[in-house]
Amino acid sequence: MIYLDNSATTKPHPSVLQSFQDASEKFFANPSSIHQLGGAAERLLTRAREQIAEILNVQPDEIIFTSGGTEGNNMAIKGVAFNYQQRGKHIITTEIEHPSVYETCKGLEKLGFEITYLPVNKKGVISLDDLVKAIRDDTILISVMHVNNELGSIQPIEEIGKIAANYPKLFFHVDDVQGLGKVPLSLTDSGVDLCTFSGHKIHGLNGTGAMYVKKNTSLFPLLHGGGQELSLRSGTENLAGAVSFAKALRLHDEERREKYNELLKMRSYLFDSLTNIDGVIMNSTLEGAPHIINISVPHLKPEVVIHQLSEYGIYISTKSACSSKQNDISRILAACGHDRDISATALRISLSYQNTMAEVEKFVETFKLVINQLSQ
Amino acid sequence: MQYDHILIRYGEIALKGNNRKFFLNTLQQNIQQKLKGFPNIRVKKTQGRMFVLLNGQDPDPIIEICKNIFGIYSLSLAIKVSHDLEEIKEAALYALQNSKAKTFKVAVRRADKKFPIGSQEMNHILGGHLLQNTSGFTVDVHEPDVEIKVEIRNTGTYVTSDVIKGLGGLPVGSSSRTLLLLSGGIDSPVAGYLAMKRGVQVDAIHFHSPPYTSERAKQKVIDLAKTLTKYTHKINVHLVPFTKLQQEIFKQIPDRYTMTVMRRVMVKISERVCQEQGILSMTTGESLGQVASQTMESMNVINEVTNYPIIRPLVAMDKEEVVAIAKQIDTYDISIRPYEDCCTIFMPKSPATNPTREKINHFESQADFSELMEEAIKEMTVIEVTDQDDVADDEFADLL
Repeated sequence: MIYLDNSATTKPHPSVLQSFQDASEKFFANPSSIHQLGGAAERLLTRAREQIAEILNVQPDEIIFTSGGTEGNNMAIKGVAFNYQQRGKHIITTEIEHPSVYETCKGLEKLGFEITYLPVNKKGVISLDDLVKAIRDDTILISVMHVNNELGSIQPIEEIGKIAANYPKLFFHVDDVQGLGKVPLSLTDSGVDLCTFSGHKIHGLNGTGAMYVKKNTSLFPLLHGGGQELSLRSGTENLAGAVSFAKALRLHDEERREKYNELLKMRSYLFDSLTNIDGVIMNSTLEGAPHIINISVPHLKPEVVIHQLSEYGIYISTKSACSSKQNDISRILAACGHDRDISATALRISLSYQNTMAEVEKFVETFKLVINQLSQ
Repeated sequence: MQYDHILIRYGEIALKGNNRKFFLNTLQQNIQQKLKGFPNIRVKKTQGRMFVLLNGQDPDPIIEICKNIFGIYSLSLAIKVSHDLEEIKEAALYALQNSKAKTFKVAVRRADKKFPIGSQEMNHILGGHLLQNTSGFTVDVHEPDVEIKVEIRNTGTYVTSDVIKGLGGLPVGSSSRTLLLLSGGIDSPVAGYLAMKRGVQVDAIHFHSPPYTSERAKQKVIDLAKTLTKYTHKINVHLVPFTKLQQEIFKQIPDRYTMTVMRRVMVKISERVCQEQGILSMTTGESLGQVASQTMESMNVINEVTNYPIIRPLVAMDKEEVVAIAKQIDTYDISIRPYEDCCTIFMPKSPATNPTREKINHFESQADFSELMEEAIKEMTVIEVTDQDDVADDEFADLL
């Protein structure tokens, strides 16, 4: 099996699974219980939080455990919107956000919020001028993803943060689900107030994730209840999940140090060899993230390519997994200005540190074969 | 060009006559100890100054650490160049451009009189050079945001700009040791911090009463000690099992006076630990009049059982002042964790605020706590809390 759909989800690392199982068995107590088992569970939760904070170079009380990217994005956007609506009801985001941001904003429109969706250029990047022009007196939030999930394009988070810093009344949220551990982002130097992370994109488990909430940022919680997670996210803590996320993040961080260059090599090989195939159009650029490559093969139905490749045990995807069930063109590619031929025939190859050059070579060889077969 | 030194100033130490060498060695050792994680750097002493030689190391994390070392009054990044005028100009320009200031002045000190240009003239030369080669900076000789200091010494020329404030105080270890009575509340960690500020090495003693107090209350004290190690190297926490003694006190002593007797027993045990460890004093977080045990009458009665000095750094402080320091040193959030400690759990409904020595001695004469005290001391455990992350003994290492 050659798995190249890592931006949809990754295979859990065996030791992450082991940690989840061990933590579930040995530390099953409720961290809020006052007995000793509860105390041990609470200490473990604290250690997991500290480890994550250390890797992300932030303070432990700025990390909130969540169920993943969709919850994090909802929590940040609705949390700011509901908490600060007296201050203003204007939110700025982009046309290429993940549905968990995009649809959340659409939902807020129904409640009377006004949303500016910044356009992107052909490379999938917003213009800072557009951003500055969009900021108004009643703007309370800028929400911009770090790395686009379909295209791999990278937004200039640090520059956006510098602009946002001139407007003390607004908050800056970053969806870093795809960028975590692949494209460096210094939360403290980038003026970010809120940042979303997910476990299952870094060989952790589904249903795990974390949110960076900078000190003194108040949110209206999505989940009210027993006041866990600094009252920002009530509900008995998913301790084993939190532990597994901490472990996944540490392992991923270690892998990044060892294998980042290898990832770059695989990307550049894919870039060169795919661009050279007749009829293949490269939608990603080398300025983008090193693990996401988006191509279109006009006149070929992407589903057919996917099915044919999986006959050979190779797995890639059309658009993003979250939107691929809707039989439509890619909203992201359309936003970049691509016509229907391209935006309806996109394929995404997404890598992880666990892929190898041999796998990537095998993929290219098979891909050529499949394209040939299908074109006849 | 880049900063290659950190200049360390240590104001008060310079005054200490014959002891000066000892104080300086202590400071140097403390800095070396704290910077152990940076093998490339060197800590060097010269007349009136201490330098960290960076040898290519990024200065930011080092400055962050040095900001928490007692005995350091201020820090500046420095560049060392030769006596060549062009090099000095270049260094001064670098120093200004890397400063956050808007206005500046140049202050040249020519310690090496062999240098041909006088300091006044150098001020002009460098000031002119800086104005010509930058934009957005103006000179303000009265209240500049930053002074570009240029010291021409026979070993070389040192150029510095921004002054970063340190904690002041005396290097920890230069004023012997004290035993801090660490309860888990807001006050005692602050008292320990202030004792360390005056150069005292702190050991801690904590009385716990399982099952009336929980593991978490004990962990809280260890976490407090851990937080305090930011200002020192390690703190030994003496954990005294106190349950039996407390039960006996409550059996033998009238309710209103149990608190006072309990404190006397704690002080007696603490004095024993001091004797055995060669520690010369105790330190508490008491502040006058805060609560029942901290009236002048209570202090008088409690203090009767020891002739060791009891240092009370908070004695004249308001609660707000203590809280402000606790927040600054990151102990506040730990201290307010809601676990009962041995003092709150057996709190009588209305403790006596005006005990007298006669009364308490009378009650105590009808009871005998000595055997239980011996037992408590025998069962005491000591945990060494250091500023290092002890990854090896981390109980959760496999999971994370």
